[in-house]
Amino acid sequence: MLKSKGATPFYKDFWFWVKVVIFVVFLLFLIYPFSTLVFNSFQSTKAEGFTLYNFNRFFTKKYYYQALGNSLKISLIPTITSVLIGVPLAYLMTRYNIAGKSIWHVIIILSLMCPPFLGAYSWIILFGNAGIVTKWLSGVLGISVPSIYGMGGICMVFTLKLFPYVYLYVSGAMGSIDRSVEESAENLGSGKFRRLLTVTVPVVTPSIAAGALMVFMTALADFGTPGILAGGNFRTLPVLIYNEYLSETGGNANLASAISMIIVIIALLILFVQKWWVARKNFTMSTLRPPEIIQYKGWKRFLVTLPVAIISLIAFIPQIVVIFCSFVKTNYSNFVFSEGFTLEHYLELGRSLTTNIRNSFVYSTAAIIFILILGILMSYVIVRRRGKTGGILDMLMMAPYVIPGSVLGLCYIVAFNNLGTTADGTVIRLTGTGTIIIIAMIIRKMPYTVRSGSAFLMQLEPSVEEASINLGETPMKTFLKVTARLMLPGVLSGAIISWVTCINELSTSIMLYTGKTATMTVASYTNIVRNSVGTAASLASILTVTSGILLLIFFKVSKGRVSIV
Amino acid sequence: MSHSVLIKNAVKKYGDFTAVNGISLEIHKGEFFTLLGPSGCGKTTLLRMIAGFNTVDGGEICFDDQVINNVAAHKRDTGMVFQNYALFPHLNVSENVAYGLKTRKVPKREIATRVEEALKMVQIEALAARQPNELSGGQQQRVALARVFVIEPGVLLMDEPLSNLDAKLRVQMRTTIKKLQRRLGITTIYVTHDQEEALAISDRIAVMREGKIMQVGTPEDIYRKPENPFVAGFIGVSNFIDCSVKAQGGEAQIVLEGNYPLALPAKKDFSGEGFLSARPEQLFFSEEGLKGKVSLSTFLGDFVEYEIELEDGKILQLNEYTKDVETRKKDGDIVHIRFDTKKVSLYAKDTGEVLSC
Repeated sequence: MLKSKGATPFYKDFWFWVKVVIFVVFLLFLIYPFSTLVFNSFQSTKAEGFTLYNFNRFFTKKYYYQALGNSLKISLIPTITSVLIGVPLAYLMTRYNIAGKSIWHVIIILSLMCPPFLGAYSWIILFGNAGIVTKWLSGVLGISVPSIYGMGGICMVFTLKLFPYVYLYVSGAMGSIDRSVEESAENLGSGKFRRLLTVTVPVVTPSIAAGALMVFMTALADFGTPGILAGGNFRTLPVLIYNEYLSETGGNANLASAISMIIVIIALLILFVQKWWVARKNFTMSTLRPPEIIQYKGWKRFLVTLPVAIISLIAFIPQIVVIFCSFVKTNYSNFVFSEGFTLEHYLELGRSLTTNIRNSFVYSTAAIIFILILGILMSYVIVRRRGKTGGILDMLMMAPYVIPGSVLGLCYIVAFNNLGTTADGTVIRLTGTGTIIIIAMIIRKMPYTVRSGSAFLMQLEPSVEEASINLGETPMKTFLKVTARLMLPGVLSGAIISWVTCINELSTSIMLYTGKTATMTVASYTNIVRNSVGTAASLASILTVTSGILLLIFFKVSKGRVSIV
Repeated sequence: MSHSVLIKNAVKKYGDFTAVNGISLEIHKGEFFTLLGPSGCGKTTLLRMIAGFNTVDGGEICFDDQVINNVAAHKRDTGMVFQNYALFPHLNVSENVAYGLKTRKVPKREIATRVEEALKMVQIEALAARQPNELSGGQQQRVALARVFVIEPGVLLMDEPLSNLDAKLRVQMRTTIKKLQRRLGITTIYVTHDQEEALAISDRIAVMREGKIMQVGTPEDIYRKPENPFVAGFIGVSNFIDCSVKAQGGEAQIVLEGNYPLALPAKKDFSGEGFLSARPEQLFFSEEGLKGKVSLSTFLGDFVEYEIELEDGKILQLNEYTKDVETRKKDGDIVHIRFDTKKVSLYAKDTGEVLSC
């Protein structure tokens, strides 16, 4: 038999080199730093060689292991409450003619995409020890409100911030159940409520699980919210990592590395449990007729709209409060509402914080250019050239969900803090540079782009590309003229989401910044912590407005064809 | 310039599965050649090997005298029409049609006139500025045709191009395709699982099964003289009846199930078990013959389709042309059937070998 000589040798194939580049990038900036972290967690200045000293210390000192319990609580409770809010909300939104539906939908998405710690900050402005509402309630009515600081507050802020994940996943699924499925349940004698419990909800459980996973992972990994709302001695793991890293000198960060390991292991366990559980419950359905939207009139319509409006507005309060307060006069640490409005906080930004604003835009723009290019190539490789490495690429795309931002920051610190010394004795390091922040953004935020790019490409028939080749265009030009062109809306939409999350990124930058490279989020966070309320509010407002504008562009570009989560 | 296509012992493997198993074919210049077979028979795989989208794992494929196994897909000078049309969704109709001309670096002015001609040829010149998503299925199909006809490919490849159209449009489009192909004289390889379509459109047909060729011939050959039971069953409708055979000196004496004797011309000597394959129109009612009962009659306009239940319970299908008879049999009528012994086919049971002439 003749052996085909037709296949070009692998080293001449463009896509072979694309894969090589992708693997090198991930090897250098994910696998290598993470391995260093793992290695580091088994080292200690207090013991020789390979040691379990750090883990031993973690699990025997209450100061540490308490944080583990706290982290689990502030992840698990918001997951449950988010499901309790998100699922009914999704049902109302997909099945009834809610008044102002698209407005509520956009508001919910906006509150999800705004900087994570902003919610915490706003609730402090309202309900903190010196909060507006707190003062008013105690001063006028003599009622004292429960403290916003500590576990209760953190759980509330996470719930209001993260229930949109559940809502978005579940409403997507509920909107695509074929009408006949529910109709046949009814036909078989199920009442409306019974039908909801026995057919509708079970069918969307994989989506509920997907949303719940996102809530859990985000809450577990978040640094800003518990950082701001910690109050006294309520510590979570990401906060602990930050504190330990700051207190451990010499850049060894052994204990912080061990804590990082623990948080990653928890995230992995949760991920596997969720995958395993969903794999047993995955239903595929072809939707010919989407579910009927019940058309209510008058007070009935008001009744179904009311809960949607209340939830959306509560979730949106932080954005409104922050923007409003950014125009209110302050006496440094307090807003003074009686003295009217001012632009002084923004002028102050212009005077002393332009570097931070510039950093945010420069870093996120630089990151987004790489994310776009790598994202297009990577989506293509994952969908069309999977080969033997496709599974590994999928896994690398999951890494950012499992490795919290502060952990990745620590990985970079331990791996890139000392890359050798020059002849004159200066230490070569990547930490402290803008480059390292950009790299962290690329590694953590690219999955948004790859996911929407590959989802788009999957819907594109390969025959369209083959038609181009058949008509005489080279495979490379076909990729540029046809494939990349057709993927563009998907990739661009994903890239905008990546961009929003890059600008709002805090947990990695807080570990990696120096005075020169601090971003808006870092500046905003440190100003909140320092209680410089005016500056913090104006920075946060700029972040919010930027996110809002980018999201509007996203809606324009994606035309509803790209899911935001 | 149109090519002839020569396929020598072509093989395609997917792991342990052999999709195309040593196929050899010779397709003449300007011929309309169809690969026909059930799904999974390897017909599309073979077509994609010719287009260059599947590698050739064994054997050779030649255009004229040139082996093209190693020629890249974009250099093969084929024009392919895809099942789902594969129009470029971001280009309008005339840009779609112009695509292949641009890659061939045809001068701009010439592109404009050729695109216009091509659109006229498939009667969609009025739709030139539309986007693909604004077109009906039939219109998209016409754009796909114009897009390949305009580049005057050496070989035209069509992968079930009509399967996404409704029945009426399908018949209309297949006439259009046939006429255009005749007029332009392009060597065409057409893939379908629809035997009626294959019979209607082709100069020659290759019937495929499990990666192998079962028979190659003109539509008439294949319909009238199926070389094996698979082809007899796949093309048109055939009644299969077991029988014992004694063939000698050009004549076969056979005894059908139910002890009904029959004599028919044979091309070789044989003795043993066999079976008869008879098309519904090769059976007719008679005063005497094989006895049965009408179990169902279906009036289809120009003919009536009868199901006849024999005494042993076996069902045969018999077609009677409306114009040939005054009255129609009723369900339950006792009837006698005879065979058109010059046209029916006889096979050896074990080997499937043809015994009849």
